[in-house]
Amino acid sequence: MDILVCIKRVPDTGGRVNLTSDNRQIDTSNMEFTISPHEECAVEEAIRITEEQGGEVTVLALGPEGTTEQLRESIAKGATQAILLQSDDDNWDAHATAHAIINAVKDKKFDLILMGNEAADLGQYQVGPRVATMLGVPCATGVKALQFQDGNAIAKRQDGNNWAVFELPLPAVVTVKEGINKPRHPSLRGIMAAKRAPLEQIAMDAPAPKMVHKGLKLPQESGDQVTMLGEGAAAVPKIMETLKELGVL
Amino acid sequence: MTLVYVEYQDGALTEASQSALSVASMFGGPIHAMALGSADAEVLKPYGVEKVLHVADDRLNTYAPGAAGKAVHQVISSQSAETVVAASTASANEILSRAAALGDWGFASACTELSVDGDVVNLTRAIWGGSLFQEAQLTGSPKLITVDPNAFAPQQATAPGAAEVEAVSVALDDADFVDQLKAVEKGEQQGIPLASAKVVIGGGRGMGSEEAFSILEELAGLLNGAVGGSRVATNNGWRSHSDQIGQTGTQIGPDVYIACGISGAIQHMVGCKNSKNIIAINKDAEAPIFQRASHGVLGDLHEILPALIEEVKKVKGV
Repeated sequence: MDILVCIKRVPDTGGRVNLTSDNRQIDTSNMEFTISPHEECAVEEAIRITEEQGGEVTVLALGPEGTTEQLRESIAKGATQAILLQSDDDNWDAHATAHAIINAVKDKKFDLILMGNEAADLGQYQVGPRVATMLGVPCATGVKALQFQDGNAIAKRQDGNNWAVFELPLPAVVTVKEGINKPRHPSLRGIMAAKRAPLEQIAMDAPAPKMVHKGLKLPQESGDQVTMLGEGAAAVPKIMETLKELGVL
Repeated sequence: MTLVYVEYQDGALTEASQSALSVASMFGGPIHAMALGSADAEVLKPYGVEKVLHVADDRLNTYAPGAAGKAVHQVISSQSAETVVAASTASANEILSRAAALGDWGFASACTELSVDGDVVNLTRAIWGGSLFQEAQLTGSPKLITVDPNAFAPQQATAPGAAEVEAVSVALDDADFVDQLKAVEKGEQQGIPLASAKVVIGGGRGMGSEEAFSILEELAGLLNGAVGGSRVATNNGWRSHSDQIGQTGTQIGPDVYIACGISGAIQHMVGCKNSKNIIAINKDAEAPIFQRASHGVLGDLHEILPALIEEVKKVKGV
């Protein structure tokens, strides 16, 4: 099975974010970058499927030059090849992104396209269903279990305590959520090989978004101060008091 | 005309859809509502809905995002809707994404603030799990918008609408139902569900091992609570992913959340921000969680928790 996986490079934000001086982006000067979590699981799922059934995994990302780091990481884990749609522009809405993906893969054939349910940063929930609709293929979103039977993808998503089951003929688009698998770490050998792996790079024209990015805004701080109950086991009486006050004891 | 895509659950209009109806008046012009399957029109009157467009195709009673998206696309086009509003739910976002792709339209999801400025809509969206906001402008026509139900309280219109039901027919082929819901498998709930627990005990990097979580289980048992973990805990395999509290896991909202050995990464904090009280236990005084917690204890959880459990047992008489 030949699989396309679409991923996004996002900053690893940690505990606190600051904005750039023009308030357009997160100040990433002291941050590392990572593959958006749901998409990291999409890469893992694709590698597992091809390990079982054969076929190739192509990983695609839209982003700046630095995105090669996440593409090479995917190759190090077991993806076959990678495509970078290179753009420094921060104005890619879901509409423009879906068009860019379609343009890049329209002459290629895939049995399955895997994406994340939503990217960790913009969380638009749109690119997967948009790409499926534009390609005229079936789609399931938010999938946490994926199997194959008689040429169909059996995709399950959690609905409260139950599982909603979809059965899609291939080719299809499936967007996954973290928890579908536990992503592997790349092997040292994989990392070395990925360094030399050729990447297909396509320079993108400026996007034509329908939703135009204007800037970012930090939430208002509550201003509430933490009440310190003490240090070490000596704090236990105060914790007990607090639990009683809060009505849980 | 503003078209509100409304959703019903067990025959009742969802509260999230009431939020979506409440913002429709800001766009000016008549408000029409659209529902798939059978819909109670009476409950739409207080929101100033003039017409209820009822898509008469029984096949849509079972969730079918492809067919539903096509139906929504056809109704938007045939009724010349300028703005389309819905609640930001998984189903509405999926269905509107498909309608937007068919029409090549712009769609802003999860909006928390909206204002109309001539031909454009200025909006704010919740991003990074709600820890940050994006300001953007939606252009073109029609404009598709889903609103974060938490950001807009349901509010009835100054004048009620007639909510006159009008059946609209849409052209759907069997092939449009290719990705329809096939079956629902009943899951088994074990213990107290994390999402609705009144007390939650969470463990993070500071737990150090899978075994260490038994101490959280013991405390949770005594306090009738549920145990969860940060993304570090689930990525390390100390807890199953279904126990993850965070942006890519479960959103909790307990009366008390006891966060043990959790530094307070944004990924985690957006999952527990609805907790009424957070008691953070951490040995690092600089941990960001102390900026977000209501109560803090500085120190090693491996010393504090056993001592706490002894005291709780005394009170409980066990």
